[in-house]
Amino acid sequence: MKRRVFSAVVLAVSALATGSVRADNKMVMGVSVPTATHGWTGGVVYWAKHTAAELEKRYPGSKVIVKTAASPTEQANQIQDLHTVNKIDTLVILPFESAPLTRPVGQLKAKGVFVTVVDRGLTEASAQNAYVAGDNPGFGKVAGEYMAKAMGGKGNVVILRGIPTVIDNQRVDAFNAVMKQHPGIKVLDAKFGNWNRDDAFKVMQDYLTRFKHIDAVWASDDDMAVGVQKAIEQAKRSDIKLVVGGAGSKDYIKKVMDGDPVVTADVTYSPSMIADAMKLTAASRVKGTSMAPTTIIPSVLVTKDNASKYYFADSPF
Amino acid sequence: MPPAPTEAPAPPGQAVNADAKADAARRLRRQRRLRELGPVIGLVVLCLAGTWLNPDFATWDNAMNVLTRTAFIGIISVGMCFVIISGGIDLSVGSMAALIAGSMILVMNWVAPYVGSPLRAVLVGMVVALVLGAAFGIAHGVLIAKGRIEPFIVTLGTLGVFRAYLTYFANGGAITLDNTIADVYGPVYYASWLGVPIPIWVFAGVALLGGVLLNRTRYGRYVQAIGSNEQVARYAAVAVDRTKILTYMLLGMCVGVATVLYVPRLGSASPTTGLLWELEAIAAVIVGGTALKGGQGRILGTVIGAILLSVISNILNLTSIISVYLNAAVQGFVIIVVAFLQRGRR
Repeated sequence: MKRRVFSAVVLAVSALATGSVRADNKMVMGVSVPTATHGWTGGVVYWAKHTAAELEKRYPGSKVIVKTAASPTEQANQIQDLHTVNKIDTLVILPFESAPLTRPVGQLKAKGVFVTVVDRGLTEASAQNAYVAGDNPGFGKVAGEYMAKAMGGKGNVVILRGIPTVIDNQRVDAFNAVMKQHPGIKVLDAKFGNWNRDDAFKVMQDYLTRFKHIDAVWASDDDMAVGVQKAIEQAKRSDIKLVVGGAGSKDYIKKVMDGDPVVTADVTYSPSMIADAMKLTAASRVKGTSMAPTTIIPSVLVTKDNASKYYFADSPF
Repeated sequence: MPPAPTEAPAPPGQAVNADAKADAARRLRRQRRLRELGPVIGLVVLCLAGTWLNPDFATWDNAMNVLTRTAFIGIISVGMCFVIISGGIDLSVGSMAALIAGSMILVMNWVAPYVGSPLRAVLVGMVVALVLGAAFGIAHGVLIAKGRIEPFIVTLGTLGVFRAYLTYFANGGAITLDNTIADVYGPVYYASWLGVPIPIWVFAGVALLGGVLLNRTRYGRYVQAIGSNEQVARYAAVAVDRTKILTYMLLGMCVGVATVLYVPRLGSASPTTGLLWELEAIAAVIVGGTALKGGQGRILGTVIGAILLSVISNILNLTSIISVYLNAAVQGFVIIVVAFLQRGRR
């Protein structure tokens, strides 16, 4: 008896709750992201799952399905399955690669699915309803401006680049453009460390052999910064006053937060952009408001003052 | 080059045409010596070029940096040399190193509170690494020798399996060693004895052991016999299956040793750990004058091959005359040229 009363109350309450956000629009959202193969994609998967639970709670009756794919082909098959089996009406996708997924995503959109593309834009903009991405030129610019200021506009800098890609070029070009405005700063060299700790260690060791005085290192990635710092430690060099990584991994945000003498700042390129994309899309779908065709998540400078805002203890990244 | 008379293996029986035979033997020996010198010549030329491009190349510190870096690949290459001589191949060593590194870090972090001191945790970790390496190697060996699956396929399979498990354990991120343990463990990579870093000593030890094993023991002869003709070896009552399993186990243990040295460097393992190590190790073995089809090979050549490969990238890092986009091309050209210098008869 008691139980029946209780369930009636629950029903009433849930009816009220759904009523407040348009009961007629129960979204079924599919989220497709690459499998976690390195720190950043690990973060993407974490944020996607985390946000899925949050959205289902906020919009009762809606469903959010998160899938990971290990290759572009798998991802293309996966979104087809999401449509035919799970009957999704909304798709948030972080494409493995832009070109091979443009057609499969376009087909879904043609069948009436609302498509939000994250981080890597499709080669044909008509295949997507909305685009949410990180700011790569901003990533290099923010780091460059901080470093130029911290160095007082003079000194020697070495750069570690990622993997030869458009993303990396945009970042490094923007960084170099800032350095050009400071004639006192000399960029000694820029070599690829492949966003990899071990490769960064080797490249930094050789920089240290080659250059007798280095003031600052732009490691351009927190994973590479790990290798850079180990190489400096091993060489027992004290001339390097500043190491700036990037992407905002929790270890490096923690260092900034704790007032590390060398790692005084980080620049975000957060995998949580998938969360932003999911939230924006869900809000627009359920409430029926329109969504901006392009949303750029800015790369933000993290210093000791604001670091706690960017530290997520549970995230693997 | 006058032939050293003691070296010539006396042809059994048949004393006819001794002159022509001695002549042929001499020519063969000269060819072989030239072939053995190929990688050495390549290395010397590279070092001269490096010094000419940047005098810092020829410093003691840089030499130690390069040799220490080479230690991981070098140690794995010694094990790989045995596997290739026996006519097999192992594509999984990079993934295996990554998984062993991740597992040993997890074990050390977990076990530290129970065993009392970080030092003991490190010792436990080292044992785990060696045991895991041996176990993975035995698994390969059994699947290949008893299961009769091609080594290429078995190890291609485990290449994916090992890395996937590491990624799973790491949750896609990195597995990091606790700081107190890392401080105790650090010297294994960073400390020196008589001015030479520990990894180089271990590398030298493993290479020496490998050389003795290959050239001075029955096991070594069996490995070469199996590689040159497995059927004949079988008829000659060589325990082919056991020898093969042992060979893959040895390689697994070499990977374990390399991992024991690798982990203290960064104190972490991530899904990118050990990426493409298998190709570097195989390249080192082949550049060093071992035939990919098996049957014969040299440990010293393998060691030089491994050093050669890391010297190339070291020189490229120390200079900026070549576009960074072309680094891989330089490496490729040098490998081909050195392989040409030591080419054998087909």
